Amino acid sequence: MSEAVSALSGAEFKGFASVTETGLRGMITVRGDLASKAMTAAIKAATGADVPAQRKVAVGGKGKVAWMSPDELLVVVDYATVLDTVATLNAALSGGHALVANVSDARAVFEIRGVGCRDVLAKLAPVDLSHSRFAADEIRRTRIAQVPAAFWQTESDAFEVICFRSVAQYVFDVLRLSATKGGEVHHLG
Amino acid sequence: MLTLQCPYCGVWAEETELHAEGEAHLKRFGPESDDADFESYLFMRENPKGVHFERWRHASGCGKFFHAARSTTTLEVFGTYSAQTLEPPKDIKDKISAKYPGWSWREFS
Repeated sequence: MSEAVSALSGAEFKGFASVTETGLRGMITVRGDLASKAMTAAIKAATGADVPAQRKVAVGGKGKVAWMSPDELLVVVDYATVLDTVATLNAALSGGHALVANVSDARAVFEIRGVGCRDVLAKLAPVDLSHSRFAADEIRRTRIAQVPAAFWQTESDAFEVICFRSVAQYVFDVLRLSATKGGEVHHLG
Repeated sequence: MLTLQCPYCGVWAEETELHAEGEAHLKRFGPESDDADFESYLFMRENPKGVHFERWRHASGCGKFFHAARSTTTLEVFGTYSAQTLEPPKDIKDKISAKYPGWSWREFS
């Protein structure tokens, strides 16, 4: 099998916050009835996490699960284990109406790290990123400049952004522009 | 700038995260239907000054279609509600009645 590479091969930029393409990440779209017992069991088996509440990210021993819409979850695991996770999910959901799709190679992941990481995103997305409004365990699907993206907090001064692989260069460029020294807003810390 | 709350994901999304999808509560007339009905389904739209019901899609968010009730003159939003319905919910109608007594929009009032 050919060697998998991420969209921008780990591109990095250091401004007042750093922007890094994190490399390959296992991502699986799961659609179905999120309230069903089969879904709870499948997510538990695949990641060790519970099915997250609306707009939340649940973290388990083997991966993360993010709430994407009332009938969709995103399972995030290591790239190396993604095929096994897909098999686990498919086996657990086989009885009902559900979809499990490996979308790892259709996505790119960026990390924004640094004191001004909230400002970097706040300049590009129509989202209130203030500490009191954007919860630590929240995922937000929105747009970044002109393309769809989603992000969540990983640490107090770090965010992860996911977007479609086809727009990875665009997203990296706008994040880089937003994080350029001299562009600090000092509004969100 | 409009800010609407998506009833599916609860996000207060501003206009640029959404996509306007035209008028709400259209009744479809397909093949075999009366020519006049089909024409009205295809082309005839409300263009009110005041209370209006629209369909929106949370395009950059959860991707779901929903309905919104608002005033085209003041941009006041009376509420948003699920698209899986045939008429606006009572609480939204009551809210509009409080502000615009005697309002009507297509078959609703």
